Amino acid sequence: MSKNYYDPADLRKFGEITEWSEELGKKFFDYYGKVFEEGALSAREKSLIALAVSHVVKCPYCIDAYTKDGLQRGITKEEMMEAVHAGAAIESGATLVHGVQMMNKYKKLSM
Amino acid sequence: MKLKSLKFRKDDLSSPANQLEYLSNGIFKENELPYFKDKIAETGKFPLKPKKLEILQINLGYMCNQVCAHCHVDAGPDRKEIMTRETMLQCLEVISKTGAHTLDLTGGAPEMNPDFRWFVEEASKVGIKDFIVRSNLTIILANKKYHDLPEFFKKHNVHVVSSLPFYKREKTDKQRGNGVFDKSIKALQMLNEVGYAREDSKLKLDLVYNPSGAFLPTDQASMERDFKKALKEDFNIEFDNLFAITNLPISRFLEYLIASDNYEDYMYALVEAYNPAAVENVMCTNTISVSWDGWLYDCDFNQMLELKVNSKVKHISEYNEDLLNDREIVISQHCYGCTAGAGSSCQGSVA
Repeated sequence: MSKNYYDPADLRKFGEITEWSEELGKKFFDYYGKVFEEGALSAREKSLIALAVSHVVKCPYCIDAYTKDGLQRGITKEEMMEAVHAGAAIESGATLVHGVQMMNKYKKLSM
Repeated sequence: MKLKSLKFRKDDLSSPANQLEYLSNGIFKENELPYFKDKIAETGKFPLKPKKLEILQINLGYMCNQVCAHCHVDAGPDRKEIMTRETMLQCLEVISKTGAHTLDLTGGAPEMNPDFRWFVEEASKVGIKDFIVRSNLTIILANKKYHDLPEFFKKHNVHVVSSLPFYKREKTDKQRGNGVFDKSIKALQMLNEVGYAREDSKLKLDLVYNPSGAFLPTDQASMERDFKKALKEDFNIEFDNLFAITNLPISRFLEYLIASDNYEDYMYALVEAYNPAAVENVMCTNTISVSWDGWLYDCDFNQMLELKVNSKVKHISEYNEDLLNDREIVISQHCYGCTAGAGSSCQGSVA
């Protein structure tokens, strides 16, 4: 066992989750593959969305995977960074919008 | 510091035997990944045999005006291996008899061979259907004596295939050296000016894209759309087709993979993307590669690894197409580079 919770080499083993539950594993990977196909959104656009979400959910495997995927698709580093900011802006906005709740509660409790 | 060839630096990896050993040890020896031989055997493709010969690829020498970080030839200004006129004469004799429909001249920078123009003139007389010269573009601007190359190519109806790693300056220069992008753009404009890739023009100009790092190329068609749009909008450049080529883990690209700690991930990516359909059309099944000194190989990569054809006939001086077509193709783990995803060849994707 590795002494770290995250090992970059584990990403390669992702497919092995199917070994302990073939049906669910297979369903997941079929779904996953289908999601990232060309559709109403291009595969390129979906790759950038995935990169942004990877940061928001702070998944190191996903960040590695979608940085590489972006490079393969010819996505520039400027585009990648803007996608990360889009994710970060939503995440910080989600925190800040709770400030309204704080204000509401403050007002309610104050005379 | 300016990059020098592995050979000049006397690097361990300048030895093909050391490269082959590296590619057979580690993750392959420890059974983490299957040997290429075993992988193709799963679908009954071992031994790999040639189909009809279509392409004769001749390497005119390893000298080059550039020292690209990914070069599988380990080419550069310090390489002195150059094809002599005597070997060229032997090649011409073969060209006049071959059943191949495509003649493909490569290097190094083939234009730097002092007998390049003579050889092109003589070879074009044979009337082979598709006559390719692989040009790195910057050579056209490297010296006054090369400025008229676009006109020369046009005169002999040469099909120009040029490398341009990306349609943006930063990535191109990082892989190929500072200033390469601007010179490449200028050279492409010069080729367009004499009629290359213009509408209704018979003069063909294709570009080669290869990833500038430890990742695989994506879909060739979508990459071609991006390149066409960007080059047209930014520089008014036109070209015919884009060939997406995977970097094979040999020579300077192997050195880069090891030094950047990307080797294992890259090999995993290649093996994971293995596509049996690509094996069907892999370029060694329709190509013979000739080295500057006349030896015969299954492909340019095998040439750089000094893996000569497995045939009684090993040299251009004893060339015999029937005997050669009966050979078994020599393979190793670098071959995964040609069978990943949509496959890769000097003509781009194959599956």
